[in-house]
Parts: sequence; structure tokens; C-alpha cells
Amino acid sequence: MDYAKAGLRREEFEAIRSALKREPTDCELLVMGVMWSEHCCYKSSKPLLRLFPTSGDSVVQGPGENAGVVAIGDGWGAAFKVESHNHPSAVSPYQGAATGVGGIIRDILAMGARPTASMDGLCFGDAQEPKTRRLARGIVAGIGGYGNAVGVPTVGGKTLYDKAYNDNPLVNAFSLGIVRLDRMASASTARPGQKVLLLGAATGRDGIAGAAFASAELGDDAKASRPQVQIGDPFEEKLLIEACLELHEAGLIVSMQDMGAAGITSSSSEIAAKSGVAIDLDLDAVPLREGDMEAWEILLSESQERMLLIVLPEKVDAVLSQATRWGLECAVIGDVREGDEWTARKDGTIVAALPATLIGEGCPELAWPAREPDDLESRWDFGPEEMDLPCDWAAETKALLASSDLTGKNWIHESYDSMVRLATVEGPGGPVSVIRVRENGRLLSMAMETDPRKTFLDPYRGGAETVARAIRALAVSGATPLGLTDCLNYPSPEKADQFWELAESVRGMADCCRELACPVVSGNVSLYNETSRHRILPTPLVVAVGLIDDPSELLRWGRWAKGDRLFLVGTVASSLSGSEYQQHRLGVLRGRPLAISFEMEQEFVDKARSTAHLQLARSGRPIAGGGLAVALAKETHQSGTGALVHMAVPTRPDVLLFGEGGPRALYAVPAQKLEAFRKNWASFPLTEIGIVGGEALHIRGLCSLTLAEISQSLGR
Amino acid sequence: MKVAVIAFPGSNCDDDVVQAVSDVLGCSVTKVWHRNRLDTEPDLIILPGGFSYGDYLRSGAMAARSPIMDDVRREVRRGRLVLGICNGFQVLTESGLLPGALLTNRHPGFLCRPCTVRVERTDSPFTGTFREGQVVNFPIAHNEGRYYLPPSDLEKLEKDGRVLFRYCNDRGETGDDFNPNGALNHIAGILSEEGNVLGLMPHPERSSDILLGCDDGILFWKSIQTWVERR
Amino acid sequence: MAVYRAFVTITLKKGVLDSQGKAVASSLHDMGYGKLEEVRVGRYVELALEAASHDEALTMTESICDDLLVNDLIEERRIEVVTGP
Repeated sequence: MDYAKAGLRREEFEAIRSALKREPTDCELLVMGVMWSEHCCYKSSKPLLRLFPTSGDSVVQGPGENAGVVAIGDGWGAAFKVESHNHPSAVSPYQGAATGVGGIIRDILAMGARPTASMDGLCFGDAQEPKTRRLARGIVAGIGGYGNAVGVPTVGGKTLYDKAYNDNPLVNAFSLGIVRLDRMASASTARPGQKVLLLGAATGRDGIAGAAFASAELGDDAKASRPQVQIGDPFEEKLLIEACLELHEAGLIVSMQDMGAAGITSSSSEIAAKSGVAIDLDLDAVPLREGDMEAWEILLSESQERMLLIVLPEKVDAVLSQATRWGLECAVIGDVREGDEWTARKDGTIVAALPATLIGEGCPELAWPAREPDDLESRWDFGPEEMDLPCDWAAETKALLASSDLTGKNWIHESYDSMVRLATVEGPGGPVSVIRVRENGRLLSMAMETDPRKTFLDPYRGGAETVARAIRALAVSGATPLGLTDCLNYPSPEKADQFWELAESVRGMADCCRELACPVVSGNVSLYNETSRHRILPTPLVVAVGLIDDPSELLRWGRWAKGDRLFLVGTVASSLSGSEYQQHRLGVLRGRPLAISFEMEQEFVDKARSTAHLQLARSGRPIAGGGLAVALAKETHQSGTGALVHMAVPTRPDVLLFGEGGPRALYAVPAQKLEAFRKNWASFPLTEIGIVGGEALHIRGLCSLTLAEISQSLGR
Repeated sequence: MKVAVIAFPGSNCDDDVVQAVSDVLGCSVTKVWHRNRLDTEPDLIILPGGFSYGDYLRSGAMAARSPIMDDVRREVRRGRLVLGICNGFQVLTESGLLPGALLTNRHPGFLCRPCTVRVERTDSPFTGTFREGQVVNFPIAHNEGRYYLPPSDLEKLEKDGRVLFRYCNDRGETGDDFNPNGALNHIAGILSEEGNVLGLMPHPERSSDILLGCDDGILFWKSIQTWVERR
Repeated sequence: MAVYRAFVTITLKKGVLDSQGKAVASSLHDMGYGKLEEVRVGRYVELALEAASHDEALTMTESICDDLLVNDLIEERRIEVVTGP
């Protein structure tokens, strides 16, 4: 077989041949083609990922396992990760999104953690396109259909619309679970003499070579590749979760692995490599849905709802009987022994025998050339003076509130069960999502952010801004960041200017993570998000997870009360470059976003946190998409009361109202806290901008919007 | 008071109910796996929400035919209290313990949100500590919640005063705009003929802790406790 | 004994609002199918069973429908039984 047919490059083929000192078999070539695809081995992005800081006081498990784990106090930990399911969702929106949710939940489960909360980052094409509506409906239905049934609440997320995603929507699924730190599962604990078991659904031809599929550009007729999409069964997954947690709790399993991309191969070879053992698989023992499957199909099948277990021989019977109790299939499919080889047998003959470390870690890294885009300077060529000031500020603000990115997403949020498991303190629709950890009484605050427009305009600044946004949101809610997970969604790295965008934005993210002490503990890379017509914007998405020690230290939003004073914290002169307003009003993407000042950011998060902890404000909202005006409108809407905003306008009013970027927040402060609030923010830019009360949001000299008008624009 | 929560494969609110009831009432709550028998003589049996058997075929249909439902029937005959929440309500109608059926929402699609319902009577075992006509917030989370009963049976159900909760606005007014799923007569919860079985689409267990948004459910659980202890 | 195959089609009774059918019909209208009159969404179940005769296969299928597959309060069914696996 030709190595190129298996998806391998010449140098990769040579690396395999020299490691084996023989010609690889066809089955081995197919296995390696998938395992060395971009999706599985990150060969293009590995050097960049090394830029991320990965250690910190709270980090228990950094990148490299199924999910990262941070300590959340009292011997408990939070395991979390975000992962893309972009290509499958493009070709089969419902199933693609559903299996994305299922896969990330199993990643959390594989750490021995109880999956407790999910979030989803969605980037859709132009909202006016019928195709976008169809894709969006299918993807949202898939996330709900799976997540609701499996009993893991979807507590938040992020949705944005841009024509750059017309052919290539993005679906990034995040999940978080709670685990006792002394009972964490790991891939490195297998020892010779133990047994390899497969628990869950029978193996079929689903998603064969899906991992390779996710690493190539989508064909213009995405439908043609449909047979590769997996089908999800949340009912089976629910049983699998309960069974695995029960087995783990009872000490019946040594290790477990999710079977995601490249199924049996990746899960078993990863355990072998990390544990420093050999694994022999007997493919005849694998329960199959179709009898006539080839060895390579069994090895690479991405059938859903399966887990690989490593079990002590004397405990195999107990595991099998527990599985029966849950109504799950379970089979012994292999042995762990001394050595470093990963072998698979079928019909009594060896079909693949490869060094385990070669499979997961041996792929030669790719160093794509990076070149600053020729049009970078012209991307920056923008001044607000190009934009006329609106003659009707109220109409402009309402239109912005009603724009696809900013308007209410109730149709999405309410289609997800956000409350099951009785942990949801703040569900979807707010700047952060907050859950209560029943095990220790503390709260976890989670902020999902992405800012692809600013990242496109200035990848370094945009990448840093993305991370900063998430950390600011945590801080305003009162949370201390523990760690962050990232999903890097980009077009092909093989074009030098696109690779430069990737590299620069990762550098910006990494610097921000380091400066603000928020280590990266897990993540995922999705490249080749482009078709011959379109490339996506560089879309790094992050979820930062923070801890709030006591519920009294949580500062909520949308809680204005009459008489509260309103404060803008942070600069009054941010930027319209890459803002929602610029996009909405001009439909262009130009200008240079603000540079980031880490000193300012650090000071902001410290002061925001003390504001929350000392209960110096009644309501607090970080200012992000749509700027101050949108923050004011959302607070008005949610609080059910208006405000009189009177402030000097030192800059253009549109920059003041709609500008974005930098550490900023809007606070409502009750009279008796004014002094302490001002003192807390001394030395930081602070502007008193108004007072809460009345039936309208009245911004003196510019506009007045009634509560009803705001609700209507926001979709309810 | 002893409470048993029956878990079917695919139930996902079983732990929530155990947690809410034991937190609020401080009583012993046991989870019973559907393949085991119900032999603890509980005062209250709860069929929790979720997607039993994946909601495949019809919601609640397969759980309703599970052997443990024979035990539930026996306890119902003995006058013990049975509460079916959401999927549990669907199991109760499918098993014939309550009349009617729960159909796909008027606007098909899962709907999870806070929801106001009106307490129709306070002389039931489940509502003794409420005021008549009191409006409470019990969140909903379902795709098949549209209560249906043929017209003549519905008339009888109403005449017998067996509608215990009705969807309404926050002032207690009923109307199509405040009915989330198109249920006939805005029905959110009904009683059995004997009055000891309640099927309820909204989730009182999600309304039992103020940190999570609302705690009207506390009165609901206390009503049951009061009734059981008075007997 | 021979193997029979039973095809069961289950739909909501006339008179019970078929909200899924209605939603599909409304989408199809929006897509330009102006002449579409009605859509009914139902369920289809296929059974393979062993029986001594066609009649016995039919009786068994009806009993399965009564016991689990069909809720008579809201649903109606059509059954077709053919010989062969």
C-alpha cells in the first residue's frame, strides 16, 4: 500500500520504517496514518503549545491526560477540557454536535471525575443565510439531545455569527467534572499481568478514520463524506458514566480511557506508552456490530460510548458482572505485559506490531513557515473618523442589541437542561457560569471567551485579549483563576500567513496566561478549517475556571436597585477596531485592537476580586462585546429597572458607548458602600456615570431606551 | 418518614431528588435500582425525572413495564404516596396509575426554564402547607409535557378536582401565553382518584435551595412530611 | 415454525394534535411546498418473529402492540406481516 493513501507524508513513512527496521504492513500504515494525523498528534502545533505555562499552585494534572485537573480545596479537584467537533458538525450537524458532547464527557469521566457541567462554544455563518439557520438548529438540537438525556447540565457557552464560518461552523464542547484528588484515574498506572477490557457499545464502522477526516480541509461537497460521521446514543452513555464511576469507586479498575478519535488504537497505545508497558490486543474478542470488519476497521472505528478499562485479572469477573447489571456489553480484549510493544491479532495472526511510544509520540513535528500577512498593515488601516456618528443613537443602540451576536439566545439556552444535578448557581446567558460544588460547598466560576475578529486584526493582541476577557469575567464574579483550557480553531497551517496568525495568537495567549497566573491545563487543536471558498477567522476559544471559596463572595449581575450609583471601571477610550459595533454598522473588519497592559490587567483583577469579596457592589458586569452601551442595556434588562447615565464624553461618543478592549467593568454600588468602593478602586481609572432608577435607560445627551424597547431588541 | 426514589436506566434526576428531599426534610431517602424490589415500606415513593430507557419508543413506556412497577402498584393500593416528576409523570400515565398521556410540546423541542404554577387545592397530601391559589416557581425541563386526555374524561377529572397544579403567570392567571407546552386546561399536575398519586411535569426539587435561584419546593416537601406524620 | 417479518406503523390518532407533524409541515411550506396539505409524523417498528402461521404471527404482533408498542389512548397502528427473515 502507498503510504500517501494512508495519509502519511514521505518523511513520516521513513520515520516509521526506520523505527521498525522493516516495511510496515498495510494495517500498520492505516493505523499510523490516523494516529499521525494532525488531529491526533498535533504535529503542526506542538512547538507552539510549548509556549503555554502549564504549572501553577493549583495544577494537579497539566496537559497530556484526557483532561487537566486543578485543586479546588478540601482534597477535591475539577477536571476539565474543551474539544472541537467542527468537521463532523459541518457534515452532520445533529450527530456531529451530539457526539462532540459525548466525547468530551467521556474525557472527563476517564479522569475518574463525575461530569458536572458542560458549555459549548459555537461559531456560525452569516445569520441571514438559510444554511446557517439549518446548521445552527441542527447543532443546537444535537447538543441538547445528547446533553439533556445524559444528565449533565449545559450551564453556558458562547455563540457568534460571522460569514467566515458559512461553510465551516465551529462546535467546541467543554465539560467539567469533580474528582477526589486521591482517586484520580490516570493512563500511566497499567502494569504487566493486567487485562484490557472494552466496556460499552459494540464496535461498528462509525467514523472510520474520522480523525484523519478532521485533519483535512472539508470538501466543497461536505455531504459526500457523511458515512464517516458517528452516531451517538446518550442513553448508552448515561449507563456508561454510572458504570465507570461505580467501578472506579469500588476500586475495580486500574485505569480507563475514552475511545474517541482512532478508537481502540489510540486509547490502548496511549496507556501502553504512558505506563511503559506492552499491550496485546485480540481483535476477535471485540464485540462487533457488523461481522465482516477488517482488522484496521476495528482498530480505527470511532463507534461512540465505549471505554477501555485496565483491570487486575482477579477483578475481571466482578467487572463483567457489574457491566451486566448496567446492561452494558463488556469483553476482555487483551493483555498488558512487559515491554513496549503494541500488537493486535486477528484470526490468530499478528496484524500490527508497533512500538507504543512511536504511535503517540514519534511523529516528526512539522515546522511550517510563518510569514506576516502582506495585508496586515492594511488590516490596521482604520480610524473612527471613517464612521459617521449616528443621528439616532437610540435606534443605533437598539439595532446593535438586536444583532445576531448580542441579542438574547434564549432559543438556545432554554433548549438545554441547565439545571439537572442541582448545582447551577448561574446558568447560561451571563458573563460567567457558576456552579456549586456540593462536595466542599465552594463555587466554581467558568468563563468561555473567543474574539476571532480582534485575533484576525492583530493575532498577538487578540489572543491576549481573549484570555484576559475570561480572567476579567472570573474576577468580577469574585473568582480566582485556577486554570484554563483552550481550543485552537484555525484554517490550514500550510499557508505561511495563516500559520503566522496561529503562532502570534498563541504567543499572545501564552503571555497573558503567564502574566495573570492562569496556567493552561488541557486543550485541543483543530486546523484546516477552510474550504476552497472560505477560511475561518483565527478562533482561539478559552474557558477559564476559577474558585470562589464561599457563596457570599460571589458578585452577581443584573441586580440593580433604585438609588445605586453606577461606575465605569477602566478606560473611557477603548477601541472600535474589530468591535461588534464596527461589524454591525460598517460590515468591515479593520483597525488595530488595543495593546494589552498586563500590569493594568493584574490590578483590575485584584480590585475586582476584592470588590466581590468585600461585597462593595450590588451588581457587576465585565464590559465585553458591544461595549459600555450593551453592558448598560443588559443590566437594565435583567434588573428590570432603568437608570440615568450622565457622564462627560471626553472622546467620540461612539467610542465611549461601543468601544471594546481592555480591563473594564460596570458596577452598581449601593449608597452605604460608595466610600469603600471608591477606596478599593483608588489608583485605577474610575468614573461615576449615573444612578439607577426609572423606567428607561437614559443616557444624557445621547439617547433614551425604555425597558420594553431593550427587551424587544434582546429578544425578550 | 421514609422515602424511596426509584432509578430506572436513564433516570437522571434521581440523585437530585434524593439530595433535595434529604436536605429539606432531613429524613432517610433510599435510591432503589429498578431491578431490585421495593421492600422498605416507604411512606413516599418518587419516580424521578430523566430519560428512562433513553425515552425511546415513548417517554416512560418501557419503565412503566418494569417489574418494580408491580411493587409500586401494590404500595399505591395500600394508600402510600407516589410522586412522579417529569419523566416519572410519564411513567405513571404509561403504567395506568394516572389517566391521560404526555405528548410532544405544542412547539416541539426541549424547554428548560423557570415556570410558575398555581396550587389548585390545599387538602391533598402534597399541598397542605400552601395557600389555595398560591403561585409557586417550579422549573420545567421537558420535550413531552403536553397533558392530553379525551374531552369527556377531562371533564370528569376537572369535576373531581383532581387537577392540583396549573401553569399560570406570576399573578396566577392562566392563559395560552403562560402555558409552556400546550397542556389541556393548562394542567401541570394531577392526582389519582384516591388522591395518593401525583404526577407533576415541573421539578419541585429544582426549587429547593435559594442559592440555586428559588426555594418554593421546600413547602411542597414539607406538605408531604406533615401529611405523613399526621397519619 | 417459520420466520415472519411484521411492519408496524404507529401514528397519533386523528384528533390528537400532532405537533411534530405540524412543525414539519410549516417548515415545508416555508420551503415552498405550497400544495402540501398535511404531514403526520409517526413511528415505524419492524419485528422478526417465529410463528406457525401467518395468522399466529399477526396475533403475536397485535399482542406486542397492545402490551408496549402502542398507546391506545393517543395512537393508532397499521400492521403488515410478510413471510421470510
